[in-house]
Amino acid sequence: MTKTVLIVDDSVSMRQMVAFTLKQAGFQVLEGGNGKEALERLAGAKVDLIITDLNMPVMDGITFVREARAKPQNKFTPILLLTTESQESKKQEGKAAGATGWIVKPFNPEQLLKVVQKVAP
Amino acid sequence: MQIDLTPFRRAFLDESAEHVAALEEGLLRLESQPEDSELLSSIFRAAHSVKGGAGSFGFEDVARFTHSVENLLDRMRNGLVRVERSLVDLLLRANDVLKCLLEAARAKEYGQPAAAACDTRAIVAELQQRLGAPDGHAASAAPAAAGATASPKSTSLWRIEFAPHADFFRTGSDPLLLLRELAGLGRVASIEADLHAVPSWDAFEPEDCYLAWRIELESSATLAELNDVFLFSSDDARVQIQPGEAARADAPDTAVSTASVDAAPAVAHGAAQTPSGTQRRSGAESASIRVSVEKVDQLINVIGELVIAQSMVADVVNNFSPERVGQLREAVLAVERNTRDLQERVMAVRMVPIGSIFSRFPRIVRDLAAQLGKEVRLELEGEETELDKGVVEKISDPLTHLIRNSLDHGVEPPDERERCGKPREGVVRLRALTEGGSVFVEIADDGAGLNTERIRAKALEKGLMRPDDNWSQEQIHQLIFQPAFSTAAKVSDVSGRGVGMDVVKKNVESLGGAVAIHSTRGQGARFRIKLPLTLAILDGLSLSVGGQIFILPLVSIVESFRPRATALKTLLSGGEVALVRGQALPLLRAHRLLGIENAQTDPTKALLAIVESDGRRVALLVDELCGQSQVVIKNLDANFRRVEGVMGATIMGDGRVALILDVPGLIRLSEGTSSTLALA
Amino acid sequence: MNTTKQADAADVRQYLTFRLAQEEYGVSILRVQEIKGYSAVTPIPNAPPHVRGVMNLRGAVMPVLDLRLRFGLPQAETTKFTVIVVVNVANKIVGLVVDAVNDVLDCDAHSIEPCPSLGAGVDTSFLTGMAKQGERLVALLDLERVFGVEPALAA
Repeated sequence: MTKTVLIVDDSVSMRQMVAFTLKQAGFQVLEGGNGKEALERLAGAKVDLIITDLNMPVMDGITFVREARAKPQNKFTPILLLTTESQESKKQEGKAAGATGWIVKPFNPEQLLKVVQKVAP
Repeated sequence: MQIDLTPFRRAFLDESAEHVAALEEGLLRLESQPEDSELLSSIFRAAHSVKGGAGSFGFEDVARFTHSVENLLDRMRNGLVRVERSLVDLLLRANDVLKCLLEAARAKEYGQPAAAACDTRAIVAELQQRLGAPDGHAASAAPAAAGATASPKSTSLWRIEFAPHADFFRTGSDPLLLLRELAGLGRVASIEADLHAVPSWDAFEPEDCYLAWRIELESSATLAELNDVFLFSSDDARVQIQPGEAARADAPDTAVSTASVDAAPAVAHGAAQTPSGTQRRSGAESASIRVSVEKVDQLINVIGELVIAQSMVADVVNNFSPERVGQLREAVLAVERNTRDLQERVMAVRMVPIGSIFSRFPRIVRDLAAQLGKEVRLELEGEETELDKGVVEKISDPLTHLIRNSLDHGVEPPDERERCGKPREGVVRLRALTEGGSVFVEIADDGAGLNTERIRAKALEKGLMRPDDNWSQEQIHQLIFQPAFSTAAKVSDVSGRGVGMDVVKKNVESLGGAVAIHSTRGQGARFRIKLPLTLAILDGLSLSVGGQIFILPLVSIVESFRPRATALKTLLSGGEVALVRGQALPLLRAHRLLGIENAQTDPTKALLAIVESDGRRVALLVDELCGQSQVVIKNLDANFRRVEGVMGATIMGDGRVALILDVPGLIRLSEGTSSTLALA
Repeated sequence: MNTTKQADAADVRQYLTFRLAQEEYGVSILRVQEIKGYSAVTPIPNAPPHVRGVMNLRGAVMPVLDLRLRFGLPQAETTKFTVIVVVNVANKIVGLVVDAVNDVLDCDAHSIEPCPSLGAGVDTSFLTGMAKQGERLVALLDLERVFGVEPALAA
């Protein structure tokens, strides 16, 4: 069965790269430009994995993770944060909000797939 | 999997250019709103996005440099570093370097020579200084990673204890996945589940995790690799990994790979010293256009309707009978309507908001005001006004010049303003608006206004006007657009070298536009640039001269009428004038200027079209006016060359070519100042 | 068409030949884009006499030059044989008005001779040579030179 992943990032190039990589790996991809958009995407869809950036306008990643996790259908959905090495505290904050794990930027497609494999094989 | 990152790299470069612009705009606003935390966050985000993408897409130098910027912004955001003017200065300069790095990266990406090397060293040093000591966590994270290299490479027996916390599932984690991952690293010698924590059924929470495991794993994996399995679980589980029977190690720290990022001074790689690079690059930039999905969808809708209309025509034609004429007419009308609609929508694709160039001016004004020792506030209005992309790109330089001009010559120094009873701070307003098929861009200041007397004196001195010329103020003001005309008392670094204003006018006219000046001494000056919405389509009036059809741009026509004999005078010099509402306008005979025989030479049997250019009016004698139409402009010089008096050509409904007349060119022809005349 | 051996084929050149007054001229077939019947040409103000004007070539505005006038020959009436030869010169598309098109001439490199001094009012600097086939003499035009000295095309 095809798995669906929701990618949330305000950077279009980043989103495209992640989306393209995961499509190649057989995922079906939904996209959101910020937390709010992403929540709207979630409203009508069942997703198997969420990958989100932290720093976004309108609604940031942490808030988004908290709100997404609060929805019954996403209670156990793996959520990965896109983060940078300088955001150690953000990882803790993200976990507390309900994130499953993180991907450290910069990353290449191979590294991305490895982490995705870990939480949504 | 091999993935070609090229398209994403290019998208990243486009996007970064936007981020850099946003950074600049944000920093400029920050100066007046240092307490605005939302603003600081958005500035930080822009830098952060550039850094994150740059690393992932292989632009290490950009990532490294932006990291220093981001660090400083992060501290500002967290209130550790106070926002002040010198800091904003530094960040603006850093942003310039970032721009340079990105342009170098873009040049490299597109295989073009880079403009210049970007000097990051000085700025990085300054950023470091602002940060104080190099930041801590890079150092603190390093030792954790060190343990990994010490681990044995050969197969050994690992004893692993894994006890997830009760809320393990709530972060979307799954112990089963981790156990499988472990199993994938070697051979599971034994696994034992610890059921001690499972409560009685009345206390059982189905969403809690009560299990723990003890695993013996035969594996050649290193400690770091095993730690990696539990990378995300260090807070949600108790994990212990021991090599064989060896002494107990501390609970492993889930190390995060951390590069030492602050030290290396970045030098732009691939930045060859080829000065010609800048121009080449600007060519590449304009080659693509961003179009909203909405506009594309509209296009598709129109095409859909066009296809339907076309099939209706085909149907009527293929099964034609005389009684279907009505249907045919209707179908053809539908095709016509859809075609026009399509034309408009395709044009809309080329329309971009003028704000994309407005955004560069706050910085220019800020720097220039500081340089001139003036206090100036720039107000922007109408950034959303849409213009053809080609027009937007070409209007940027003239606008820059006019704004520099306003700051240099318009706005007075603060003390002088105070003496005049004005606030110390001058205001320059840049405003765009759409009005009746044209776009107007205004640059208005509340400065001293144009000095009409000084311009007049200068014009007399240079022989541009005669003492007995009774010119209107507007006509005199227009003289500042003459080549080599400058009244600046002292030649400054900024403007006033007498080059520029004539170029401004030339550029605007080459876009089919015009500049008007409205100035009141002591109260300020306003330059109003009128631009066509698009370069490709023109509202024209077709007219005939000696049986030939020409198109005159509608914007230049004031009125037209058949003159009475009494309204025509021949001057002693041989020149002719037409009296229009008490004003004597030069009479230009189109047939003479265009060398056409068989034209109506008696003005009272022909028509006068009053046309305007640069605030000057002339009466153009033509045979008759035929009607108004929108025409698609074709360049004559694509296959031929430029022709004085003609701005282009168009193809009419019957397939013939009609020439589009150029009013300023016709006036030049009449004055005999044209180079073509000399050549003929 | 021609099925000569390949070694020879490289040396065989093809020219479109046309008539101006009594003379026969040729242009390399590689430069010819198409041949059009003479149709409405819009005059260009203040252009030299040999620039007839511009016409619509499938949406492009193409200048039309009168080769007779370019070569200093008297202008001729437009007849049903008058055609416009559309050629590529220096990346521009140009229409040449000629009296009539004759045929395509195959000639190998040896049958092309350098220009003799003609004297008869024809400026031989426009020619690359003369192609000779029996009694027939065709003046081969060097389009670059025809237009290199052509102010009408100077960008």
